[in-house]
Amino acid sequence: MRHTLAVLVENRPGVLVHIAGLIARRAFNIESITAGYTEQADVTRITIVVEGDNRNLEQVVNQLSKLVDVIKIVELTAEPSIERELALIKVKARPETRSDIVDIVEIFRAKIVDVNRETMVIELTGEETKIDALCEVLADHGIVEMVRTGKLALSRKPGAAKDSE
Amino acid sequence: MKMTGAQAIVASLEKEGVELIFGYPGGQVLPLYDALYDCKLRHVLTRHEQGAAHAADGYARATGKVGVCFATSGPGATNLITGIATAYMDSVPMVCITGQVPLSVIGKDSFQEADITGITAPITKHNYLVKNANDLPRVIKEAFFIARTGRPGPVVIDVPKCLMTTTIDFDYPETVRLRGYKPQAEGKAEEVEAVVQALAEAKKPLFFIGGGVITAEAAPLLRRLAETQQIPLISTLMGLGAIPATDPLFLGMVGMHGTVAANRAVMECDLLVGVGVRFDDRVTGLLARFASNARVVHFDIDRAEVNKNVVADLAVVGDLRWSLAALEAAMADFAKAGGPSRWEDWRCQVSRWSQEAPLGYQKSDEVIKPQSVIEEIDRQTKSDAVIVTDVGQHQMWAAQYYRYQRPRRLITSGGLGTMGYGLPAAIGAQMGKPEEQVVLISGDGSFLMNCQELATAVEHRLPLKVAILNNKVLGMVRQWQKLFFNQRYSYTTFANGGTDYVRLAEAFGATGLRAERPEEMPQVIAKALATEGPVVMDIRVCCDENVLPMVPAGAPLDQMINGEVK
Ligand SMILES: Cc1ncc(C[n+]2csc(CCOP(=O)(O)OP(=O)(O)O)c2C)c(N)n1
Repeated sequence: MRHTLAVLVENRPGVLVHIAGLIARRAFNIESITAGYTEQADVTRITIVVEGDNRNLEQVVNQLSKLVDVIKIVELTAEPSIERELALIKVKARPETRSDIVDIVEIFRAKIVDVNRETMVIELTGEETKIDALCEVLADHGIVEMVRTGKLALSRKPGAAKDSE
Repeated sequence: MKMTGAQAIVASLEKEGVELIFGYPGGQVLPLYDALYDCKLRHVLTRHEQGAAHAADGYARATGKVGVCFATSGPGATNLITGIATAYMDSVPMVCITGQVPLSVIGKDSFQEADITGITAPITKHNYLVKNANDLPRVIKEAFFIARTGRPGPVVIDVPKCLMTTTIDFDYPETVRLRGYKPQAEGKAEEVEAVVQALAEAKKPLFFIGGGVITAEAAPLLRRLAETQQIPLISTLMGLGAIPATDPLFLGMVGMHGTVAANRAVMECDLLVGVGVRFDDRVTGLLARFASNARVVHFDIDRAEVNKNVVADLAVVGDLRWSLAALEAAMADFAKAGGPSRWEDWRCQVSRWSQEAPLGYQKSDEVIKPQSVIEEIDRQTKSDAVIVTDVGQHQMWAAQYYRYQRPRRLITSGGLGTMGYGLPAAIGAQMGKPEEQVVLISGDGSFLMNCQELATAVEHRLPLKVAILNNKVLGMVRQWQKLFFNQRYSYTTFANGGTDYVRLAEAFGATGLRAERPEEMPQVIAKALATEGPVVMDIRVCCDENVLPMVPAGAPLDQMINGEVK
């Protein structure tokens, strides 16, 4: 099973490497990992998606909790949360296929952020499955290159991860 | 007060109550060494940085204080690695201060630059690369706090040379503020209650104790608890000494080279109470069969240890001094009501196993049996020396045949199994406990790995005694080759009969003694103990002896080679 963790850490150089290294060293699989600033300048929030059963998850959380730079870990899989990923997809777009692609982009509520003679770049934020679906459809036109951020997640409950038990 | 970064480091160490530092200088820590010149801190120059790290570790294990070592950047710092990893695996409190190239040239592959915080991340409890000289006092305060609290461990502080010469306003912080690190001494009362319930239901309870009991200084508590409740105990290598070896409730060491009684007790108990243990594979054997008839209870300060290897039915997370005291209080009525008498059959059964299958070996008048050397050292030191070991067969015999009476009497690399640990660790232990008799039991292979530290022992005229069980082979590896590789002894014999350890000792200025015949051995030990200063005993033991009983790696604990109950 996949688990999404929100990990609040001290904003220090090397902390992301340290966390990724610990998870890898303990032989757990990281599906995706993203990091960025939060509303507190000295706190970085890392969203990690790991694969494993509940016992694996417990170990990951307990081992990560031991790191002095880790302030808090919340498992978001268990609670209602908003999950998003951002993708930029460069797709082949000849004049005769361009309107097809525009239709697709509209259906997916994605955005065209760049156009030139041969390609278009499409931006989409959404759940992973939605991005997968868009990629599948665009594959028919030929994806030149693509970049995805990995998952970001935020609980829908009124409180913040930093306050939770 | 205005001072340089280097002076601030020294002042901070003084504030932490540090008395002794083990280290080795070099270009990038020169300002720190210069500051040492003018202070009261005692620094011991080892002959290798690995020696400094192991000495700090031995000092910490013998005294319970934080061990401190210094090294220069690059090769100096990387030479500490094995020592840091050894301390990490056995949860030893240590602070290592390493010099680093100046900030302006970090990341340029400068002369003697190595990314030591990167390299040590997996083997430290925490580490720092200090970027601002003003942070030095705070960082040192935090480092000591982290090293000694919760589950102890090594902390590395990497200090670029330029910070050591920067002038700062020295102000040592009173408290630490670490958002992510709040070790919790006290656990949950309900967790303890659940254990009481499980004990009351158990027919065959067994205490399984580890190094955590010694680290937490909880041995007296545990002993009292076992005695009032009359529950048999077994121990890991790291837990030896927490319960006197001669206590009738104590069944000995468990695991690969454990006693028949201890291993059988694990297989048959119905409640296994692990206290300060981490269920290492050398202890559990085949996990699927480990304590398979038992409910498992786990007491530990480190939550991440619970369910890591063995799934626990019940767990109590917290400092053992809190949790064992809570258990004792909660069990008081049970004991008064005669509860423990229900376990009499079980106690009789396990003590019968102990009597029927004691540790033993074939005695000889022809050759010195290594086991007999340990027994003789035990006799002559009245079971009360601080025993330090290296790694190999001699280590296991030292675990099996010395009768440890108190905690912190066996100092050995359990988790990492580090050859070369012994001599420097013994030096650290002896310096931390100058009034005690420290005896290093080593093998000829292990001793050679850090024998240069004899120079350190001689310089400080340490009363340290070294017994090399010289079998001219890498005994433990040879044992595996004998049992599992068809006696193909690939590269485990030292050519030309090995090294002359008497002359080696003398070359360093120590006393060298040799015993070749069984009748010489007791006198040599007596003479060594009576001789001042460091003494190396080259004890020529037979090379073909096996450590028994033995559970092959990955087998269940009841599959013991030579472990039948007679
Ligand atoms: C640094 C290191 N290298 C290799 C090993 C593997 N090893 C374990 S025991 C052993 C042999 C030890 O020989 P010796 O010190 O002579 O002791 P003996 O077993 O003969 O008592 C070896 C090579 C180790 N534990 N540590």
